[in-house]
Amino acid sequence: MQDTPDIADRHDAVCVIGAGASGLATLKSLREQGFSVDCYERETSVGGAWNWRHDRSPVYSTAHLVSSRPLTEFPDFPMPDDWPDYPHHSQLLGYLERYSEHFGLRDDIWFGTEVVSVTPAGDGRWDVTTRSVGGGAERVQRYAAVIAANGHNWAPKPFTVDTSEFRGRVMHASAYKDPAQLRGRKVLVIGGGNTGCDIAVEAAQQAEKVWHSTRRGYWFAPKYLFGRPADQMLPPRLPLRFRQKLYRWMVRLTAGDLTRYGLPAPDHRPYESHPVVNSQLAYYLGHGRITAVGDVASMEGSTVELSDGKRIEPDLVITATGYLPRFEFLAPELLDVDEDGRPDLHLHAFARRHPTLAVIGLLQPDAGLLPLAHWQSVAVARWLRLRIDDPAKAAAVQQKESVRPVRSWSRLQVVPSSRHWFEVGHTDYLRAVEDLLKHMEPAS
Amino acid sequence: MSSQLLRFEDWTAPVPPVRREVLSALPHPDEKNPPLLFVPGLGHGAWAFREHWLGHAASRGFSAYALSPRAAGSLRAYVHDVVQVAAGLPRQTVLIGHGVGALVVSHALARYPAKAAVLAAPVLDGWPALGAALRTNPFGTLPAFFGGGLGLSRKQLYSPGCTYERKLTREPTAVYRSVLTASRPAAPVGSPPVLVVGSPDDKIVTRKALDRTAARFGGAPLLFPGMGHDLMLDTEWQEPIDAIIDWLEKELLA
Ligand SMILES: Cc1cc2nc3c(=O)[nH]c(=O)nc-3n(C[C@H](O)[C@H](O)[C@H](O)COP(=O)(O)OP(=O)(O)OC[C@H]3O[C@@H](n4cnc5c(N)ncnc54)[C@H](O)[C@@H]3O)c2cc1C
Repeated sequence: MQDTPDIADRHDAVCVIGAGASGLATLKSLREQGFSVDCYERETSVGGAWNWRHDRSPVYSTAHLVSSRPLTEFPDFPMPDDWPDYPHHSQLLGYLERYSEHFGLRDDIWFGTEVVSVTPAGDGRWDVTTRSVGGGAERVQRYAAVIAANGHNWAPKPFTVDTSEFRGRVMHASAYKDPAQLRGRKVLVIGGGNTGCDIAVEAAQQAEKVWHSTRRGYWFAPKYLFGRPADQMLPPRLPLRFRQKLYRWMVRLTAGDLTRYGLPAPDHRPYESHPVVNSQLAYYLGHGRITAVGDVASMEGSTVELSDGKRIEPDLVITATGYLPRFEFLAPELLDVDEDGRPDLHLHAFARRHPTLAVIGLLQPDAGLLPLAHWQSVAVARWLRLRIDDPAKAAAVQQKESVRPVRSWSRLQVVPSSRHWFEVGHTDYLRAVEDLLKHMEPAS
Repeated sequence: MSSQLLRFEDWTAPVPPVRREVLSALPHPDEKNPPLLFVPGLGHGAWAFREHWLGHAASRGFSAYALSPRAAGSLRAYVHDVVQVAAGLPRQTVLIGHGVGALVVSHALARYPAKAAVLAAPVLDGWPALGAALRTNPFGTLPAFFGGGLGLSRKQLYSPGCTYERKLTREPTAVYRSVLTASRPAAPVGSPPVLVVGSPDDKIVTRKALDRTAARFGGAPLLFPGMGHDLMLDTEWQEPIDAIIDWLEKELLA
């Protein structure tokens, strides 16, 4: 291996990291703006999180979307209209495979290749070091821009309770793949987010006994409202206070008061946390198949002690603690990452001090991610094009963007937890991106 | 113009799915060319392309498909169906619309990044076309104003010696209204090359309208004098389809 490998100059080409939904959309948008693109993907196929063959895929065999089809599909490549309202995860993978086939995206993807570092090379250009996953020499290439679409749902957030003395099995939700793993077990599911609630419901149908431990109460949204997918009933454009009122009323009509079953009451208002879309949890709580318990205090031997002193004896503990964003290939200051690990990006996408560096898909929307990732990638591609074609206008756009109030596109008042760092309301977010796209249009 | 990003109508009231009639002719072996999707105008169905163009396109190495408009449709539903079929084909598709089908295609281009598009005898602005229709076929056209549906006649569509008049269907007035009152389509996504073809002797689409449409897409129309409106059914049907495929082959190399 060489100590200082030669740097191959790729001139105006753009580097995309990851071939999940976000990376595929980015590759396509960049091509539509006339860029050559090299996309690097660690795995040997497309699909990212939705590809259950990937080691790091968080999906399990029975997982379905929590966002409905029209709010999840790419805006320029609809899913078949005879698919169900909430497609199965394997349909989403098939859809992403067809997307990359349809637009011939595979030609520009280097599979089995990991990006290990990205460093500024001056002049807004970047040196990208890649390595074949199977081992082998590193390679450095110079690009005009780098777009990270590496996903933020694969690095499990550590579970803070000491489990070293616990005799039962402990696993993160990302390792849960199949209901057979739950059959006949006494299961404790920790975590009140979408994944935690989904797995608790799965366990209720398979396991001998199920406890569900949640630290805080959440606002539940049903999957259906008046016979339509609930996310298709968009709240009218009212002040937040009124929408919160409507939401409380909707919850009263659907999930109802869950404190009756021992779940904590939400300690925050609606729209201040990622909504939990689950119509079945209340059902299984009501049938006694799930027992709601509080926070876990300690785990030792065969016993789990809860914060209220109660003791339970599960033989399988599934921690649905969520995930943390990780950008190991970038020095933290490039994305203005704070000490907690939270990047600070304009529109959660543009690096504030590096106009040729962006991240796609780092969002937690109240709808499907794909449409938002699509429009982010369109904006980034047009931005890179504008910088080349009309630098003066690009500077003016940057000036305008720097004063765009954060509250116009991001939820400012959210529960202080990494789970809600990238929480956005999809309509507000899209309005901001649309506005940016308008500023970038050539004057006619 | 409504927002391309905030699609409230599609989110809250999606177009209901239907079984779509799609006819096709496929080349052997598959030459990896982009597929062609033909979109007929009102009164016509996929049959109009099966007559000559589908088979001819296949013989030149292109998989060719034609989609019939759904019964009791609307512009929104037609656009939805075109995008659904195009996205369901294995490769990025070339959209080829005829008559009002060209209007449907021009709207579909804002929703789907087509490989290329062809607007044949395009009826993009309904009003001048309605004017021309009134002049050549007042008795077929007038009832449309009173809800009686619109009839098309041999004289309007075909050059002498050729007719498919009996296969034409009469569409309800509501369909024409949804087409006539359509707002201008948003800009195409993915900037596909667009070709406009037509005949200076078309009794529905005037020469002026052809020039206007071609100019909108930054070009001049390709003209086939002597032919009627229904280019794909005319006795001289081979000329325009060959010219379209020649143009396409050139564009694909570029
Ligand atoms: C349980 C669960 C349920 C979900 N349900 C929904 C839902 O209902 N609707 C919805 O819209 N979203 C849902 N999501 C969100 C989901 O993550 C997104 O839909 C989408 O998959 C994100 O795509 P992405 O491309 O941003 O990231 P990923 O799909 O994670 O893709 C990132 C890709 O980058 C590659 N990569 C990472 N680092 C490198 C590197 N250094 N070098 C090379 N390659 C690299 C990875 O291998 C991966 O293929 C869910 C997520 C989870 C965990």
